[in-house]
Amino acid sequence: MTGAAVWAALADVKDPEIPPVSVVDMGMVGRVIVGEGRVTVEMMPTFVGCPALEIIRRNVVDRLLLVDGVTDVEVRFVFDPPWTSERVTPEGRERLRSFGIAPPVGAGGGCGLGAGPGAGPGLLLSLAEVPPCPFCGSGDTHMENLFGPTACRAIYYCDGCKQPFEAMKTV
Amino acid sequence: MTDPILALLLYQLADDELVIGHRDSEWLGLAPHIEEDIAFGSIAQDEVGHATAFYRLLSDLGLGVADDLAFLRGAAERRNAVLLERPNGAGTYLQDPAFDWGYTVARRLAYDLFDAIRLECIASGCSYQPLAQLAGKIRREERYHLLHHVTWFKRLAEGTEESRRRLVAGIEQTFLDAGGLFVMTPSDYFPTTSAALLERWTAELRPQFDAVGLPWPLVMPAPALDGRAGQHTADLSALLETMGEVYRTAPGAAW
Repeated sequence: MTGAAVWAALADVKDPEIPPVSVVDMGMVGRVIVGEGRVTVEMMPTFVGCPALEIIRRNVVDRLLLVDGVTDVEVRFVFDPPWTSERVTPEGRERLRSFGIAPPVGAGGGCGLGAGPGAGPGLLLSLAEVPPCPFCGSGDTHMENLFGPTACRAIYYCDGCKQPFEAMKTV
Repeated sequence: MTDPILALLLYQLADDELVIGHRDSEWLGLAPHIEEDIAFGSIAQDEVGHATAFYRLLSDLGLGVADDLAFLRGAAERRNAVLLERPNGAGTYLQDPAFDWGYTVARRLAYDLFDAIRLECIASGCSYQPLAQLAGKIRREERYHLLHHVTWFKRLAEGTEESRRRLVAGIEQTFLDAGGLFVMTPSDYFPTTSAALLERWTAELRPQFDAVGLPWPLVMPAPALDGRAGQHTADLSALLETMGEVYRTAPGAAW
């Protein structure tokens, strides 16, 4: 068993709520430690309260046990470093778009309410940058609801093709 | 042995998030419009998820099973601020709900801002790394809540005469309890003081009031009940009764 075989298998584990996108595409996989028959995978939750985490844990264990030589799998959820939306890979961004979800925009910077020079991310988000429509590509979109069907998504509306769409939150 | 100061901080964080998350969930189906139902459903899920993560840290320290800590502890053991246990308004979500949106927005804004400052302090200065790391993650999510409630605050303040009147009433009610949020113990885990927290909170919030021409409430009375010391209202007992009902019905069941 090699690390490469484990990573290839991880690419088969999809996000339960976004089937075209794997946990690798989402940037959720941190360190992978391969021992004798034993694999430890450190994963970064996208959102702390994401109810899909236990499903993801189970799917990772089930898939990795199919890899030759793997007899024992441990999935450990870690917060250091924290998952941020910048971790989504270029392939992941493209697959999100193909599923009708605009990939995250910007770097999660903030403004107002305390974001002084050197203060790091401010207390308040800046939503100045809007995502282009995943359907028609128009940049003429606006936010409808900061919250959406899952913790990691918000709802936007495209004024170009007149359709609502979802966007992955920038965190 | 676990440092009781660290355990107390974790109980404060966990209980605050669980109790306000439960109150948020009671808005489901009753919020002013469907987008707000979605928003409050999502916010409630975030908060309960954060509470779960804090209870797990307590569990990692050997202080019990996370679900037991969430559902089985009595009111006198809870360390949440009283502000967060107050009902959303008259009635219950099942019977004759006459919930108060003005109060909800005011309370939420007061708490979200407090929580943002608290998490910032923990993320940057807490000597217990698992908590510092978790706070660093959670604060990125909480910024969505704060922005949402700042937006609502402006909308109600600059809406109609009635929305402004109801917001002002909600602010007055919120300020009666808000002092209880700041009863926090300085330590290596939480390197700040209640006075510094309150000062920062005021410095952030007051300009928001000025911007919409609302008078800053001059009085924030000392809390009549100190939730952080286990003093609570009958409303918390009722909330805990409801929240833990299913869990107590079938002890040991796997959910």
